[in-house]
Amino acid sequence: MTTAAHAESGGLFGWLDRSHTIAKPGFSRWLVPPAALCVHLCIGQVYAFSVFNLPMTRLIGITESAPDDWRLTQLGWIFSLAIVFLGLSAAFTGTWLDRVGPRRAMFTAALCFGGGFLLSALGIHLHQLWLIYLGYGVIGGCGLGLGYISPVKTLITWFPDRPGMATGMAIMGFGGGAMIASPLSVWLMKYFSSPTDVGVMGTFITLGLVYLFFMMMGAVLVRVPPNGWLPEGYEPPAQPKKMVTTAHVHVDEALKTKQFYLLWGVLCLNVTAGIGVLGQASAMSQEMFPGQITAAAAAGFVGLLSLFNMLGRFFWASSSDYIGRRNTYMIFFALGMVLYAIVPWTGRIDSIVLFVACYAVILSMYGGGFATIPAYLRDVFGTRYVGAIHGRLLTAWSAAGVFGPVLVNYIREYQINHGVPKADAYSVTMYIMAGLLFIGFVLNWLMTPVDEKHHMSEAELKASMED
Amino acid sequence: MTETSHHEDVSAANKVKLVLAWTFVGIPLLWGVFNTLAKAALLFQ
Repeated sequence: MTTAAHAESGGLFGWLDRSHTIAKPGFSRWLVPPAALCVHLCIGQVYAFSVFNLPMTRLIGITESAPDDWRLTQLGWIFSLAIVFLGLSAAFTGTWLDRVGPRRAMFTAALCFGGGFLLSALGIHLHQLWLIYLGYGVIGGCGLGLGYISPVKTLITWFPDRPGMATGMAIMGFGGGAMIASPLSVWLMKYFSSPTDVGVMGTFITLGLVYLFFMMMGAVLVRVPPNGWLPEGYEPPAQPKKMVTTAHVHVDEALKTKQFYLLWGVLCLNVTAGIGVLGQASAMSQEMFPGQITAAAAAGFVGLLSLFNMLGRFFWASSSDYIGRRNTYMIFFALGMVLYAIVPWTGRIDSIVLFVACYAVILSMYGGGFATIPAYLRDVFGTRYVGAIHGRLLTAWSAAGVFGPVLVNYIREYQINHGVPKADAYSVTMYIMAGLLFIGFVLNWLMTPVDEKHHMSEAELKASMED
Repeated sequence: MTETSHHEDVSAANKVKLVLAWTFVGIPLLWGVFNTLAKAALLFQ
């Protein structure tokens, strides 16, 4: 055993070691999805962060913004920083996570995410915005990235028979987290508010402690299977499917394959299309159906989209176990193209039901794209470094997070400036999104198995396990 | 440890843990879904 391994195996934090997380006989693998959900339901809060924006512009003025209060444009950076650091930490900590195991990674994610809230609460107390950038944006963002990828490989190893369903269940939690955090945050701000306080600081402290506890429960619950473990009655297919490898590709080697970049493009384009319209859903619904969809109804519409985003993660990822990952993405892109193209028509025929139905399916496929990608990576690159490769691939999400909203906002603004009525201004955007999905369709169609020259040899695999 | 091992006989303690763990994550999730559906109902009123 190496010195580093000795240092890791004992002391106060010895229980975090991979060796202490190996499941004993009698353990049920169905305990691992709730462990993953403990983390993903918490970090999914990031999508609900906007509920704090307006109250944080009144920290001094309380009822209305005072001259020294923060502006919305300054506050918008908190979310952006968190998403950027999500991508960066997922990309750079994947290999570390692979080495130390899921429990230490979840524990660290809990400290970062919960601690980020607590540091931000201090930032509110001292009225120092940089502390919130550092707390929620940088440290919390690292917690997001680490928490997001930490259970993926473990779930895939526990469920070799249904990897899509397993990762879909966890990543569904990320979609559902905002549905819990949004009403909870509003309720907490109301509870902590007083004539001299908007209640944000108390809410941050409470959320920080609740999330810390919840995510720690995930870290305590999680277990890895013993080497070579397989579920009862499961036999790996004797004749592997064409797109499913039984070999393993090292994370650094994966970056040298065209498949990695094809999948990067596939994820980026699927997310760009979804995220672009998700951010505009409220305004779009009200402008396409003026006088029929009120602001309150539009909020309900956004909530409904979140629900389909969450359900799609489970549904599509589970379906991919039966129909294959490549076929699942073919459906996302082909059906997505049709739906984006007919959305403007639903406005013209004045059908709210059809409009909502189109968006519900689109958002289910947006979520499904996130949830199916880990199993797709496992099929293409094997299980050994799937966590680390998934982390690197999530940079596509960060890129799409910038590209999608910018594309939608600028196209819309350009059209309105050129005299297009607001209700019709989204048509071109929808057609461009459909075009992006066509490119995604082609990239996915080009996917082939990884060349054997990239596979790890038996000796390399053994050495990597010993490391 | 053998090359390929199976152990699916879940102990009683782990069965209790299973129920508790799913309840622990299920309750907040259902609460969130309920709240979302209540809001979404406004869309069709």
